[in-house]
Amino acid sequence: MSKKIGDVVLDLQNISLRFGGVKALTDISFDVREHEVRAIIGPNGAGKSSMLNVINGVYHPQDGKIFFHGQERKQMDPHLAAAQGISRTFQNIALFKGMSVLDNIMTGRTLKMKSNLLLQAIWWGPARNEEIAHRKKVEEIIDFLEIQHIRKTPVGRLPYGLQKRVDLGRALAMEPKILLLDEPMAGMNVEEKQDMCRFILDVNDQFGTTIVLIEHDMGVVMDISDRVVVLDYGKKIGDGLPDEVRSSPEVIKAYLGAGH
Amino acid sequence: MPEQANIAAPDGLHTFPRLLLNHARMRPQAPAMREKHLGIWQTWSWADVAERVRALACGLAELGFKRGDNLAIIGDNRPHLYMMMTAAQCLGGVPVPLYQDAVADEMLFVLQDAGVRFAIVEDQEQVDKLLEIKDRVGTLEHIVYDDPRGMRHYNQPFLHDVHELMAMGRIHDRNHPDFLAGEIEQGHFDDVSVMLYTSGTTGKPKGVCQTHAAFIAAAQGGIQVDRMTADGDILSYLPMAWVGDHLFSFAQALVCGFTINCPESADTVMNDLREIGPTYYFAPPRVFEGLLTQVMIRMEDAGKLKQRLFHHFMAVAKRCGGDILDGNSVGAGDRFQYWLGNLIIYGPLRNVLGMNRIRVAYTAGAAIGPELFSFYRSIGINLKQLYGQTETCAYVCLQPDGQVKADTVGAPAPGVEIKIADNGEVLVKGPMLLKGYYKRPDATAETINADGWFMTGDAGFIDDDGHLKIIDRAKDVGKLHNGSMFAPNYIENKLKFFQHIKEVVCFGHDREMVCAFINIDVGAVGNWAERRGIAYSGYTDLAGKPEVCELIRECVEKVNADLAHDSMVADSQIHRFLVLHKELDPDDDELTRTRKVRRNFVADKYAVLIDALYGGKATQFIETEVKFEDGRRGKVAADLKIVDAKTFPIVKRAA
Repeated sequence: MSKKIGDVVLDLQNISLRFGGVKALTDISFDVREHEVRAIIGPNGAGKSSMLNVINGVYHPQDGKIFFHGQERKQMDPHLAAAQGISRTFQNIALFKGMSVLDNIMTGRTLKMKSNLLLQAIWWGPARNEEIAHRKKVEEIIDFLEIQHIRKTPVGRLPYGLQKRVDLGRALAMEPKILLLDEPMAGMNVEEKQDMCRFILDVNDQFGTTIVLIEHDMGVVMDISDRVVVLDYGKKIGDGLPDEVRSSPEVIKAYLGAGH
Repeated sequence: MPEQANIAAPDGLHTFPRLLLNHARMRPQAPAMREKHLGIWQTWSWADVAERVRALACGLAELGFKRGDNLAIIGDNRPHLYMMMTAAQCLGGVPVPLYQDAVADEMLFVLQDAGVRFAIVEDQEQVDKLLEIKDRVGTLEHIVYDDPRGMRHYNQPFLHDVHELMAMGRIHDRNHPDFLAGEIEQGHFDDVSVMLYTSGTTGKPKGVCQTHAAFIAAAQGGIQVDRMTADGDILSYLPMAWVGDHLFSFAQALVCGFTINCPESADTVMNDLREIGPTYYFAPPRVFEGLLTQVMIRMEDAGKLKQRLFHHFMAVAKRCGGDILDGNSVGAGDRFQYWLGNLIIYGPLRNVLGMNRIRVAYTAGAAIGPELFSFYRSIGINLKQLYGQTETCAYVCLQPDGQVKADTVGAPAPGVEIKIADNGEVLVKGPMLLKGYYKRPDATAETINADGWFMTGDAGFIDDDGHLKIIDRAKDVGKLHNGSMFAPNYIENKLKFFQHIKEVVCFGHDREMVCAFINIDVGAVGNWAERRGIAYSGYTDLAGKPEVCELIRECVEKVNADLAHDSMVADSQIHRFLVLHKELDPDDDELTRTRKVRRNFVADKYAVLIDALYGGKATQFIETEVKFEDGRRGKVAADLKIVDAKTFPIVKRAA
């Protein structure tokens, strides 16, 4: 299997992020290429989630530049990032617990809906046609993620592994160009992890989506990523192919402590 | 009825392709198949199906499929897979459906034995399995897949998308317009129409060759007994490799002309059942049992008022529901209560179960608990039993309406003769008998005796009403040391009727007492434990809880009390038992793919536990290797408690 990894789509240069006196990220630079699976790893508190939040505009770094498709990004908000095709999932699932799987994924289409609120409310004319078209897209995602059997189940009643899958479904509903996954396998058993890996690789392969993921499970990271960035205490200590990173002395030190 | 008689009767309709073409001609717009795709039910009319079958058959011919070739079919119930069966038959080939959840190595034997050249599979998962073993199946030339998902990077020239195959077929058809009609014309009713492999409870699976005539006869008999009509619906969700599905979803659908409905996925069957509301439904007893368990679990979580209403009206139904269904006379008071119950309990309950439109429901394959059976009948579902095996097209006995009993499998079906041999074995004769085992004349000769009787291997007798009653597998019936009869299945079934018990294996042949292994039902016992605040982490942990052992002991003692009343089996009371630390699983070869216990295999594998049971030990440590679905292995270990159950003195029945 060969896939074409394209040009740099996201280039982060010398990013530094501080919360008051706490330095979350210090002078970090790395890039993400089109169609690749890019992993960010590091011990707890290394700044991985902060990095993701910088990418989709939740945090604004004090220093550094972000280039998206070659253009420098100025003021950024999450909804602008979403409109540009960056979507994400969350470490602590942030779904609407009382709503069905179908409705949850449907919310991922909101940005794509054009018709006005009034027409949507009475479900008439263009709004109705639009919703049917969106529903079709959502059904394709449901089929893709093999969650047909829970289509109408309220998300709060689902086991954790399935909720994670719904979360991914909602992110996919935006048809993102870049998908940010914050610990997609945390708290899963082996079987659920395997399923999730398969879905991530399928998304990357079938839709050509660029994926940036944070993950703790080293086996998973090494298996599915094309390139890996390693953070430790807000600094970049490694960047490269999985094998290179695995054998880097600095990374080993960060993970296993000195003396090994 | 007249419509269906017209369709099935005319001369010349003696093969399945001809039946299909006849439906397409007589009632082209009637629905033949439905499948839920992207959340919406899609319908194929008989004309659509005929057109696709035509394209598929021509496509197969284009690839080089010839008369007598075998076509392996592997996957969940999908319209294209059913169509492929008829397509192969059009060309005089034989479809060989395989169990889709088998791992590659299990499929290997069948594929080699059948010398399969062509295979149609459902999806990437099945393609991967075939690629894994393709080197060892020298004959395999072409693989067609139904679902293209994930197949983008597979560029092997022998892999074909089913739509690509149909496109090829349509071109072939245009160039040779008379080709297919000629092929269908050559089809003969005595040709083998399908090859179904036995699940192999003992030894290697055998390919059972059934002819068009046999399956059509079996289908017609069933249709006649149940007065089925062409406007019916069936949910096709049982494995295509199983004879029952072939009879109901393929043979009867083609003979009678009702609609088959393919569920969206294996997990959505319950939803699909509710949406389709089939008129004709088949499920093995464990499915009915599972449904009832779910209902009961949900009732226990319901409010007090609902619970009281439910229990009150279930008592009414128990009293008179069965009689009302059978058309017996029932007092006006009960009739009114039942009417009221139907309005507020039974009707909604049937609706929740997806059984509102059911005219006939069947169960077979294992004994069904009398209470379970009468529960469904009492709420107005015409649940009946049938008896048959792969070798007889699942068509030997049927329960006619109005003569339904929980403990028999019914009267001989039209055209079937039954005889009980001297050793108690049930012998069968009729048009639905197998033509032979594939390439195994020796095995054929062993099962069909010189007078043409098929030996079922089941021990049974015919009761006063002429109904067949099955006790056990003839070879499983053994003797205890004191010489009294030991029919393990009989006892196991009694235990399995408890909702907390999922599987049981009894031992006792050539021993002084009966002991048992028990698997608990995680759903039911888990719920029971939760309501009592008993924390557990998984099956092994739950099974080891002393409270659970106590719960199971109560069940065992109830069965013992019951057995004490039946002088034939009173000595078979269970003296000691243990709750197994893992669920018996087909992946570990402990069950067959149809989920029957492989008794001897289990006995060998857990010999140490049997020794502990009979050796009087109180606990026994065991470590077992388990195979996961993806082929990886792991280990489960536990200290099993062995529990003594109370036995009862034999109650002599007053003569």
